[in-house]
Amino acid sequence: MNFPILSSITFLPLIGAFFVFLTRSEINQTNKGAIYVSLFTSFVNFFLALFLWYSFDNKTSDFQFIEELTWISGFIKFKFGIDGISILFILLTAFIVPISVISCINSVKTRLKEFLIAILILETFMIGVFCSLDLVIFYLFFEAGLIPMFLIIGIWGGSRRVYSAFKFFLFTLLGSVLMLIAIISIYWITGTTDVVEIYKIKIPSEFQYLLWLAFFSSFAVKLPMWPVHTWLPDAHVEAPTAGSVILAAILLKMAGYGFLRFSVGMFPIASEYFIPFIFTLSVIAIIYTSLVALMQDDMKKLIAYSSVAHMGFVTLGIFAFNKQGIEGSIIQMFSHGLISAALFLCVGVLYDRTHSRLINYFGGVVHILPKYSFIFMIFVLAALGLPGTSGFVGEFLVLVGTFKVNFLAAILASLGVILSAIYMLWLYKRAVFGKLEKNELKGMKDLNKSEFGILFCLGALILFFGFYPDPLIDTISVSVDNLITNYNLDISQSVALK
Amino acid sequence: MIAIQYLIPELILSTSIFSLLIIGVFIKNSFNIIYRLSTFVIFLLILIIISDNNDSVKIFNKSFILDEFASFSKILILVSSFFVLLMSKKYILDIKNNKFEYPIIILLSILGMFFMVSANDLILFYLGLELQSLSLYILASIDRDNLKSSEAGIKYFVLSALSSGLLLYGCSLLYGFTGSTNFEVIANNTGDLKIGTIFAMIFILVGLAFKVAAVPFHMWTPDVYEGSPTSVTSFFSTVPKIAGIAVFIRFMYSPFYEIIDQWQFILVFISIASMILGAVAAIGQNNIKRLIAYSSIGHIGYAIAGIASGTENGFKSTLTYILIYAAMNIGIFAFVFLMKRKGKYVEEISELSGVSKNHPLTSLSLMIILFSLAGIPPLAGFFAKFYIFMAVVESGMYTLAIVGLVTTVVSAFYYIRIIKIMYFDDPKKPFESFKEYGIYSSLALSCIFLVSFFLYPSIFNGIISNINIF
Repeated sequence: MNFPILSSITFLPLIGAFFVFLTRSEINQTNKGAIYVSLFTSFVNFFLALFLWYSFDNKTSDFQFIEELTWISGFIKFKFGIDGISILFILLTAFIVPISVISCINSVKTRLKEFLIAILILETFMIGVFCSLDLVIFYLFFEAGLIPMFLIIGIWGGSRRVYSAFKFFLFTLLGSVLMLIAIISIYWITGTTDVVEIYKIKIPSEFQYLLWLAFFSSFAVKLPMWPVHTWLPDAHVEAPTAGSVILAAILLKMAGYGFLRFSVGMFPIASEYFIPFIFTLSVIAIIYTSLVALMQDDMKKLIAYSSVAHMGFVTLGIFAFNKQGIEGSIIQMFSHGLISAALFLCVGVLYDRTHSRLINYFGGVVHILPKYSFIFMIFVLAALGLPGTSGFVGEFLVLVGTFKVNFLAAILASLGVILSAIYMLWLYKRAVFGKLEKNELKGMKDLNKSEFGILFCLGALILFFGFYPDPLIDTISVSVDNLITNYNLDISQSVALK
Repeated sequence: MIAIQYLIPELILSTSIFSLLIIGVFIKNSFNIIYRLSTFVIFLLILIIISDNNDSVKIFNKSFILDEFASFSKILILVSSFFVLLMSKKYILDIKNNKFEYPIIILLSILGMFFMVSANDLILFYLGLELQSLSLYILASIDRDNLKSSEAGIKYFVLSALSSGLLLYGCSLLYGFTGSTNFEVIANNTGDLKIGTIFAMIFILVGLAFKVAAVPFHMWTPDVYEGSPTSVTSFFSTVPKIAGIAVFIRFMYSPFYEIIDQWQFILVFISIASMILGAVAAIGQNNIKRLIAYSSIGHIGYAIAGIASGTENGFKSTLTYILIYAAMNIGIFAFVFLMKRKGKYVEEISELSGVSKNHPLTSLSLMIILFSLAGIPPLAGFFAKFYIFMAVVESGMYTLAIVGLVTTVVSAFYYIRIIKIMYFDDPKKPFESFKEYGIYSSLALSCIFLVSFFLYPSIFNGIISNINIF
């Protein structure tokens, strides 16, 4: 196929952003033109992504839809291509962006046009991350995402937005610069930055450990893993709803994707060496952040900490290195993308009406917002991994995979499931059930059409993939098999050498 | 003499300087016309140098070298001076500093830089350097009724004269120990290492480090930048830096290349110190010109890191760096020229509070420039740093690379602090609006350059990879 579909999906939002930029902005008028253009772009992109999924061949683990261009002559090629793992993330991105565009129409009051431009540019960078098969191009997109996100938090955020935006920016930048050195070193070791080539060449094992750590520093901050997760609650609390949605649903997944594609793919020997390290951090993340989440007063903070715990499952699954573990962690990322987006939207619904996110401020919401309470319950149950929701599939597979390799880690991680049930249900109880005592809450209106529409879509997908995860597993299965085979091959070779 | 034909740009420059002086003396209120004519001369020279298809030649007893490296630096010097002149005219008229000598002195300093970057001989190099420096002293104190400007001029003169003295002493030592002033002969004679050669190298290094304002010889920079009129600061922070770095490269790669073991670690130290100081000291600054001064110290640190790698990729990455640095600098000063309230130019960073509300487009441009200065992809500033670190890692200097990247993060803090002030804080009164197309076009061109660089970086790579200095 000659049509450059990956570049189209990647750069279409950028073109859309340019047209949004051209629309006239009136100060007191709702900016219809900008809204229509950005909705149109993001939906076209979503359909393009669906078409991509449809024409994707899930029988082969090779990279498909490859596009290559000379970019810096004799040095770096602009190379795009996807396999079963990346296509899911592209789908997720293309699905989440229109949702956040719709959600921000109601909730963003100032500078809507600029907000839409930032989101569309961010979409380009995010999809670029998942498409790129060259380390430098990957780094370019990975880092570039900082700019729009920094502005989204800083301009449209809450009261402590400046602190959060700076923390977000500097934490992630510090993590990634080490990755840049690693990428440059890889170029001088192997003579290329093309990922597919590097898979074939295989980096000598003595270099792998340091390089792995450099990549780890970047992904661990972005994911985020336990000791460096502190930027995430701040960023989430202060970011506007649409920003939180994108942050939780997609930006965090870039790191999980990075672990799969780069850390595991390029440095198998180091990955094996660091398994205990990752397991320790993941288990600490799951238990510690669940406990922290339990004690939060702020709903967004609670969900943010629960994200850290859920991401702990992801790393656990990836570094279990068996089919269940890796498939589980990919599905966990996908479903967490949907669930956390939905939860943040739900908090956003309350926040738009009352300008409060404190759990104790609410109570008895069910009496006035029945529709809302019902939908919110679905997401709460999905977040704690109730069977029948997509959250269950991911967590279950991860735990199965972990049980095979490390009994203790699996037991401790299962504790996290119980803890997540406690904090999510307690949140729901305090916010939604009980008596409606506060007068200022009584005037709240139930979900309007657009809110209901987006939450319904998310809920339906979560339930659908909970009962029938086959479409997802079919897509990733061959690629994951290939990843594991390559990994085992490398490990056995290195053992044989010793 | 046949060699004259190679000197056409320099000849045109010097004749036009003298004819402009004569015009200036005979016509009253000749600032405008002389300003236009000087800009035109610069433009003409750009065309002439670009159209020259130069194969490397050495003339005047091999003391003057014309190669791609020299032409590249000259074009860069001319283009940046062109933009500096283009955007600073309104400012000069506003502060009533419209002396007709101003553009002529700039031309004179450019002439000095031409000889600097083309020098293949210690004497010619020193003459060029002094012509440049003397013009710069006058420029720094051009606003002579202003206390700060005179102070800046004197400060710059005293310190710079000292460094010139050291440099001259180094040159004489070098002549004494190698028996020649010609770079090639020196290069051949430094092989059998004498202690005097090392002394000479260090003295020359100190002088050069002073001219480009690298730590620990940077002390003059913030005061001079702040004290001089902004039009002069914009020139100072761009053009002499290009020439200085070009000469730096020439010295390290031509006469001193044989003793690379001796200078490499000195440069690594200078580079690390400049990067750290540039990153840390700028954090507390409230005056935008002082901030730019410290940030330029940091940037020079990165540029020197490329030279320190001692490889071909190293100096090429430095050239790319200085090219992109010049573009960013022009952009940021174009914005500084717009900061005018109630008839007065303001320089405090806090004055930028909330400008994005009143001036969306110009603030967007400044934001792009600041992100680029911070080295965030996909803007050009990232590529500048990327090439530098490619070269640095190639020669195995991981410490330098790691320090460099960590200081990138630290310096990102003060760049995004400005963005924070512009975008997150409450708006003040708008700046005065004026139709000055020179400023706006410089700002726009700089932004377009920075944003579109990632589309096809090969263009500049192609030009720079042809440059050979050995």
